[in-house]
Amino acid sequence: MDFLQLLFTDYTVRTVALGAAVLGMASGSLGTFAMLRRQSLLGDAMSHAALPGVILAFMLTGSKSPLVLVIGAAIAGVIGTLFMLAITRYTKIKEDSALGIVLSVFFGFGLVLLTFLQRNPDARQAGLNTFLFGQAATMLVRDIVTMVVLGGIALVILILYWKEFKLLSFDRDFGASLGYPMTYLDILLTSLLVIAIVIGLQAVGVVLMSAMIVAPAAAARQWTNRLGLMTGMSAVFGAIAGVSGSLISSLQSGFSTGPVVVLVISGIVIFSLLFAGNRGIIWSWIRQQRRRRILRLETVLSNMFKLAEQHEDLTHPHSRLVLRAMDHGRGGVEASLKALEEQGWVKRIEGDQWSLTPAGIEEARQFARQS
Amino acid sequence: MSVAFEIQLIAVITAVACAIPGTFLVLRRMSMMSDAISHTVLLGIVLGFFVIGDLESPFLIFSAALMGLLTVFLTEAIYGTRLVKEDAAIGIVFPALFSIAVILISRFAGNVHLDTDAVLLGELALAPLDRLNFLGLDLPRGLVIMGTILLVNVVLTGVFYKELKLATFDRALAAALGFAPAALHYGLMAVVSITAVGAFDAVGSILVVALMIAPPAAALLLTNRLDRMLVLAGLIAAISAVLGYWFARVLDANIAGSMATMTGIVFITIMLLAPEKGILSLIRRKQKQRWDFAQAMLTIHLLNHEGTEAAENENRVDHLWEHLRWQPNFAEEVVRYAERKGVVRRRQGRLFLTDNGRDLAKQAMTH
Repeated sequence: MDFLQLLFTDYTVRTVALGAAVLGMASGSLGTFAMLRRQSLLGDAMSHAALPGVILAFMLTGSKSPLVLVIGAAIAGVIGTLFMLAITRYTKIKEDSALGIVLSVFFGFGLVLLTFLQRNPDARQAGLNTFLFGQAATMLVRDIVTMVVLGGIALVILILYWKEFKLLSFDRDFGASLGYPMTYLDILLTSLLVIAIVIGLQAVGVVLMSAMIVAPAAAARQWTNRLGLMTGMSAVFGAIAGVSGSLISSLQSGFSTGPVVVLVISGIVIFSLLFAGNRGIIWSWIRQQRRRRILRLETVLSNMFKLAEQHEDLTHPHSRLVLRAMDHGRGGVEASLKALEEQGWVKRIEGDQWSLTPAGIEEARQFARQS
Repeated sequence: MSVAFEIQLIAVITAVACAIPGTFLVLRRMSMMSDAISHTVLLGIVLGFFVIGDLESPFLIFSAALMGLLTVFLTEAIYGTRLVKEDAAIGIVFPALFSIAVILISRFAGNVHLDTDAVLLGELALAPLDRLNFLGLDLPRGLVIMGTILLVNVVLTGVFYKELKLATFDRALAAALGFAPAALHYGLMAVVSITAVGAFDAVGSILVVALMIAPPAAALLLTNRLDRMLVLAGLIAAISAVLGYWFARVLDANIAGSMATMTGIVFITIMLLAPEKGILSLIRRKQKQRWDFAQAMLTIHLLNHEGTEAAENENRVDHLWEHLRWQPNFAEEVVRYAERKGVVRRRQGRLFLTDNGRDLAKQAMTH
């Protein structure tokens, strides 16, 4: 409850939470498109590739102004993406390897630059380290203003070009045949993704930023088939993770923001995978069990009917053991009989002898006609 | 052994040890699994450390390898529900496990030698300081560990070469012949995990990915044979490692990062210059195709009108643009190209086919 109280009273906490919310919304909603276009891991590559950009921007300008660093990150992210596209287009190397190469080589180069900087005593470079794991608590108001403005712009463009982006994601060729400039839209959407990633770097860190792209979208996907709703939910999930993660890490020492945010969003993913409406694992398991039970009841009932048909009197009782043998010795016959008894379709004569009731005969006939 | 030599030796051995399983990852299109595993082995190390209480214990390698296998298993289980795509499954599982590890370290293990920066960066420069006595020799610990892992990787690849090759290129056939591709798959993942743990100390988690993926990918551009690819990947990895060491020394920067940078630079160089699959040779081939095609068009045109009355008019250089819709200077260049190849001869502005040219035209028309 302390958290909530602080959220409304403490200015810094409120500012950080606002920034994290915008960040979560931007990465969540753009992540939806990334996931649908099977670019989930592109975010991973982009965020790692951004590291040398951040550091080069600082080295060249000497400024730690968030806008400068974000621009550097974005340029490096775009170069990394282009490099990846060049690898997959001009050589036979597949996308996964191209991603791995760009991700690790750019990151490695970023580390070279970072350690190179660190060995030159310069007080101002302290703080670039937070780009690895993110530290929301170190964010200044100007950082958050940059985040909110850029994230807001990305969201507005997303809404303005909603229809075009939807077309791009689901039926690119159709869009091209309608005369939309699909290549430019692709570049625009990818640029928005880059923006969503780079504004999150300081809060969440390059290492884990990819989870903010993939996870909210994966969670939202479980709840709905509609793109609008999915994007909205993904944005909300992203915002929840961003806000709770940044709050927890700001208030508890020893927590980097990135890992906390990732754990919160992973929790949301697990919950969604298990419990989401139609697709959830739990519900489909229950449905499957119910179908199995019904199938077993029907088998027992029709077996009893087959036996009864061999007698004048259709209510002639038969032993459970016979039914069990007809069911290839599979268990559960007793339980099925009891369930059928509750329905009033069979009754126990004595011991293990069971017979059909008139209602049960009617049911079995109907079932035989259907199948 | 001098310190510089020891560091380079560890770097080379680590790079080669990574390149071997990396070759199979690249071919099986599972490169990003190395990214996932190299992150999550950290959780295995942390949990193992909590149980054993000793960072030097070899048991940690097994707990880390188990965590690597768990990562693969979880990813496949989530993907298996068909609720998310495979790439998204990877992107969900490893950040979560890695986050748990980072939080556990910062909360409960802050004072032991397990800080998150070292995990990401690795500090190869310090490797020679940590020594142990091995078979009576005083060697750096990293050298012994990575040497053992390299040996194991080489031996395993040698022993299971046929099986790995088959399961990599034709999984269905491998299954039909009873080679248990699933067992091989998890075996390979175990090797990747163990290699990642060993390399982790030296080069950090993200750069393991560079060493595992970039050299094999570069090797793939140089050959189509698995055995040569393995050797080339090892060579490229070793060269990158040594270059990386010297680059880092010049800049006084992180060695692992600079090794990763070098794998990238070597990769780009090979991507541009590779004899058959390189981009430059691709461009050259396209160019040649363009000229050859134009030349074939020219010979067909000449053959068509050869010996007819119209030949006087048609087979003049300055008329080609009318008939073949070529720009005059392009036409001139094509004619020169064809002359160099001995396909046509020019006499007073008129073009004549040589015997070679006639053959070429006929061949081009029948194909």
